[in-house]
Amino acid sequence: MENRTDKNSYTIIFAIVMVFVVGALLAFTASSLKPRIAENQRIEKQQNILYAMGVNDNTDGSAVFVSTTDAPELFKKYITHQLVIENGVPKEDNEAYLMDIKKEKAAAISDPSKRRLPLFIGEKDGKKLYVAPIYGKGLWDAIWGYVSMDENMVVQGAYFDHKGETPGLGANIKERFFMDDFIGEHLLDASGNFKGITVAKGNADPKNEDKTDNEVDAIAGATITGNGVTAMIKSDLKLYKPYFDNLKNN
Amino acid sequence: MALLSKKDTKLITDPLLDNNPITIQVLGICSALAITAQLKASIVMALSVMAVLAIGNVVISLMRNIIPSKIRIIVQLVVVAALVIIVDQVLKAFSYELSKTLSVFVGLIITNCIIMGRFEAFALANGPWKSFLDGIGNAAGYGLILVIVGFFRELLGSGTLLGFKVLGDPIEKTGLYALGYENNGFMLLSPMALIVVGIIIWVQRSRNEALVEDN
Repeated sequence: MENRTDKNSYTIIFAIVMVFVVGALLAFTASSLKPRIAENQRIEKQQNILYAMGVNDNTDGSAVFVSTTDAPELFKKYITHQLVIENGVPKEDNEAYLMDIKKEKAAAISDPSKRRLPLFIGEKDGKKLYVAPIYGKGLWDAIWGYVSMDENMVVQGAYFDHKGETPGLGANIKERFFMDDFIGEHLLDASGNFKGITVAKGNADPKNEDKTDNEVDAIAGATITGNGVTAMIKSDLKLYKPYFDNLKNN
Repeated sequence: MALLSKKDTKLITDPLLDNNPITIQVLGICSALAITAQLKASIVMALSVMAVLAIGNVVISLMRNIIPSKIRIIVQLVVVAALVIIVDQVLKAFSYELSKTLSVFVGLIITNCIIMGRFEAFALANGPWKSFLDGIGNAAGYGLILVIVGFFRELLGSGTLLGFKVLGDPIEKTGLYALGYENNGFMLLSPMALIVVGIIIWVQRSRNEALVEDN
């Protein structure tokens, strides 16, 4: 006798039932957990921005965010203004930090004037800091981050994160030894033009003492991720240059 | 009475050495090359695979009498993919930090040949308890090699272990570096993982001649 499970009809019914059961299971899990996940992501963005401003619980050698319970309160305390710059006109928007930079970038491909730029102005130890988000691609997947600057576009802090860079290589962009190198680096060259910061191989300055060379030391084995960091700093922070020019003229 | 019978114990200990999934069956090599530049990543990956393989083996074993043989591979794939996604979602909701550490591994777990291999070779023919032990054993054998490779690659490539600078500071030239020692940047690249795995295979087979295949 033929085995019951070998029949075509059984196979097809099994496949259909399986698809429904698994699909329902996944849909149920996803939708029931969605609010919690969204809340986690919201707090993470606040933690990221605060981290770039230097508000963090860093220990020796490793990057530590402020705790998730403190983040919303600290965010209110340190971030004084949230702006969205559209066509060079800044507008206050308290939800600016939730903006999806990936979508903004995609929308701006056809029409660059459509690009809305979020900017967070904070104050720490009496110093005014401007935090801007950046977004780009690494080797395998998306990379993004936040860079805080003073009014001369000198980096005061940086936070990078990634979706799927290689552990131990590209993934090291979110380690302190890499992120801390950006502190004090100039985004402008000596004559005030935007130059960005290059993640450079063979940089003869591994201790990163030269802050005006527009370069930081690259990570061995992470060339493409490093190039991605260079590219996103260049393309995204450049857009903020007019805002800073205005700031100086007024 | 012992917790595990002699046969059950063998299910766990066999894959650690003489039937190791990486060095003997040469499965799961891809992830062993990709993520072993750091010891911490190796450990995280080993634990994730252990959880998925043990649970997946049990699920497949419970379903073994109703799975149509013609589409069994697809069924296995669906089970492991669904499992991994659900675990990932639950972690995202309740342990966000941990899920961020694991995000890279999710895709690698689904495609790990050891998982499909054990479903096909063991869980489809054995009961849930045995399958569970088989899953733990094989994941442990896989993890063991991962940790050995990760240990050497991180130590020789970055001069650190679990992030601690055990050999001194390469830039400040302290510890071993004061004597002129340099990190071997090659160790950070995937090909060196293959060479380390090769050395492990060599050592293992020269210690146990029975493992050497006849030509």
